Amino acid sequence: MTSVLEIKDLHVEIEGKEILKGLNLTLKQGEIHAVMGPNGTGKSTLSQAIMGHPSYDVTQGEILLDGENVLEMEVDERAHAGLFLAMQYPSEISGVTNSDFLRSAINSSREEGDEINLMQFIKKLDKNMEFLDMDPDMATRYLNEGFSGGEKKRNEILQLMMLEPKFAILDEIDSGLDIDALQVVSNGINELRGPEFGSLIITHYQRLLNYIEPDFVHVMMQGRIVKSGGKELAVRLENEGYEWIKEELGIEDETVDAAE
Amino acid sequence: MANEFVLDKEKVLNDAQQNGVNDFFTTKRKEALDLIDRLDMIKPDKTRIYNWDFFTVEQPFTESSTYQSLSDLPETVKKVVETESVENLYVQHNNTKAFVQLSESLKSQGVIVEDIFTASENHKELVEKYFMTDGVSVDENKLTAYHQAMLNGGVFIYVPKNVKVEAPIQVVVYHDDEKASLFNHVLLVADEGSEVTYVENYVTNLESSKAQLNVVSEVLAKDNAKINYGAVDFLAKDITGYVVRRGNTDRDAVIDWALGLMNDSNVIYDNTTNLNGDNSQSDVKIVTVGRGHQKLNFTTEVIHYGKNTYGNILKHGVMKENANSVFNGIGHIKKGATFSNAQQESRVLMLDGKARGDANPILLIDEDEVEAGHAASAGRVDELQLFYLMSRGLKREEAERLVIHGFLTPVVVNLPIESVKNLLVDVIEEKILN
Repeated sequence: MTSVLEIKDLHVEIEGKEILKGLNLTLKQGEIHAVMGPNGTGKSTLSQAIMGHPSYDVTQGEILLDGENVLEMEVDERAHAGLFLAMQYPSEISGVTNSDFLRSAINSSREEGDEINLMQFIKKLDKNMEFLDMDPDMATRYLNEGFSGGEKKRNEILQLMMLEPKFAILDEIDSGLDIDALQVVSNGINELRGPEFGSLIITHYQRLLNYIEPDFVHVMMQGRIVKSGGKELAVRLENEGYEWIKEELGIEDETVDAAE
Repeated sequence: MANEFVLDKEKVLNDAQQNGVNDFFTTKRKEALDLIDRLDMIKPDKTRIYNWDFFTVEQPFTESSTYQSLSDLPETVKKVVETESVENLYVQHNNTKAFVQLSESLKSQGVIVEDIFTASENHKELVEKYFMTDGVSVDENKLTAYHQAMLNGGVFIYVPKNVKVEAPIQVVVYHDDEKASLFNHVLLVADEGSEVTYVENYVTNLESSKAQLNVVSEVLAKDNAKINYGAVDFLAKDITGYVVRRGNTDRDAVIDWALGLMNDSNVIYDNTTNLNGDNSQSDVKIVTVGRGHQKLNFTTEVIHYGKNTYGNILKHGVMKENANSVFNGIGHIKKGATFSNAQQESRVLMLDGKARGDANPILLIDEDEVEAGHAASAGRVDELQLFYLMSRGLKREEAERLVIHGFLTPVVVNLPIESVKNLLVDVIEEKILN
C-alpha cells in the first residue's frame, strides 16, 4: 500500500503569532516534493509542525498519515508512524555516542525481543557512513557534539538512511553546505528514492534541486502554498526569482507578517 | 536547638576507650573536647542548617563483623569491587576494619595501608606529623573538633618517595547498622615523586539512618607527587552529613578529584584544595543527584598560593522532586601566585518544578598576572534536545534519561576504576528513575 501524508487547512502559531494560515499539501510515497519560497514565509514552521516541535501550536486543520491523526501523536509516535525530520539545527547531546543512539532509535520502533542484530546494525552503519563519506570516528563520537555544520547535516542523512522512514522532511538541509557536501547529502537522498519513500524538501535555493530532481514544486508565501507545479517551476524560479509570482497573484509582501 | 552542642566529655572519652586506645588519640580527643565549646558552628553559604542535627550519636562505636575472603563480602560491597581483579582493597564495616587485601608489590615497596588507630602505633611519627596538622585543623569549626573527638574509623595511606603504585587502592565503607555513626578519617600522604590512585566508596543497604556522617579526608601530595582521588558516596536518607575533603599540593604536585556525591540525605560538602607549591595543579570533577527533600551544599574551592598553579573545577548536578542544592565554586588566587590559572564551571539541571539549584561562581583574585574564568548555569532539561531525540523514536523518559546522562558524563568518565564508574552510572540511574 502506498502511504499518504495529507495536510489540510493547517494553521500554526508560535508564541501567539500565526505563521501558517491554511496550508494544504498531499504527499504520496514514491514522490519528492520541494517547498520553496523566500525567507519568512513559514517553510520551516511547516516542517516543525509536522514533527510536533513543542513551541509550535496547531490551531486549526489536520495532518493525516494514512488517515491517522498525526496531531494527536506524541513526537516519538510520529517517528514510529514513519515520519522523519532532518533538522536545520540538530541538537548536540553529550554522553551518547552516535552509534548507540542510532541503535536505540532503530530498536525503539521494534518489539522487545526483535531488536536489530548487532552485526547487521554495524554492517548497515558502516555501509551508510562510507556512502556519505563520513569519518568512521563519527560513530563513536557523542551525538552531534562538536560536529561542524556539514558534519551535522551528513549525520542527519545518516540517521535518515538508518531509520528508513516512510516520509522524510528535509528542512534546509542544503544551508551551509559546500558543493561536495551538497552532492554527498543529495546522493544519500537519491539512494533512498523509490516507491517506499516520500520526501518533502524545504529549501530556498534551487541549487539543491539540481542534485535531487523533484516531482512537484510548491511555492510558499504568507503562510500558504500559493503556486504548485513540476520541476520546471523550480527552473523558472532560479532564472526569474519570485517577483513574477507576486505580480501574478497580486502579493506585495510575501512574508507571513503581511496578511495580518 | 538541635545543633546547640551539649556533650558529656567524660562519656566521650570513656566511649572512645572502646576504640583507638592509645595515648595519641586520647590526647587528641581531649584537645578537641577542650576546644569545642569555643568554636563556631560551620556557616555554609546560602544553606540554613539551624535545624540540622549534627550532634546526636546513639552509638559512638559500632562493633561489626569482619570478612574472611573476597567471596565473603556482602553483595552491596561486591557491587563496587572488581572481585576478579582487585589487588588492593580495604573494607570497613560500620566502624570495624573488616577486610584488607594488599598486593605483595605494594607491601615490598613500603606502601602503608592501615586503619588509622593501628597506624598511629605502627607508624607513630608519620601519623603524628600529618594527622590534622597540614590539612584540616581541629579548631576550624565545631564540627572538625567534633570529628577529632569522636573519631571512630578510617585509614592511613602512605606512599613512600618515588613509589608509583600501579593498581588503585580502594577503600569501601559499608554502613548497615542504622545506629552507627561514621566519624571517618582518611589520611593519604603521597611522598615526593610518588603516584597513587585512591578510590573510596561509602555504601549502604539501609533505607534510612538517623546517624552522623562526619568525614575528614586529608590528602597531601608532596613535591612532584600525583594523586588521583575518586569517590562515590551513596549513603541512606536521614543521616546528617559533613564531609570535608581537603588537598594540599607541594611543588609540581597534582591532585585530581573525581567525586560522585550521591548520598541521599542532607549533607554539607567541603572540598578545598590548597595549591601551595609552585607549578602544582588540581582538577576537581564533581557530580551529584539530589532527590526527595534533600538539602545539599557543595563548596568547592581551589586556593592558589604557588606560582604558575592551575585549578579547574567542574561540577554538574541534577536536582529532582523537592531537592535543594547550593553550588559554591571558589577560585582564589593569592598575592604572589603569579601566572596562575583558576577555572570553574558549575551547572545544575532541575527536573521538577520544586527542585532548586543555585550555582554561585566566585573568583577572588589578589594578583595581576593571572588567568581566570567561570561559567555557571541552572536550568531545566532542554526541550529542544528532547524533541530531537524523540523525533527519532525515543520515548520521552528515554530521551530525558539520555540528556541527563549526557549532562553528567564529563565527570563520570573520569572515575578511575571501571566498577566504580559502573556503580556511579547505576546510582545515577536509580536516583533519576525511581
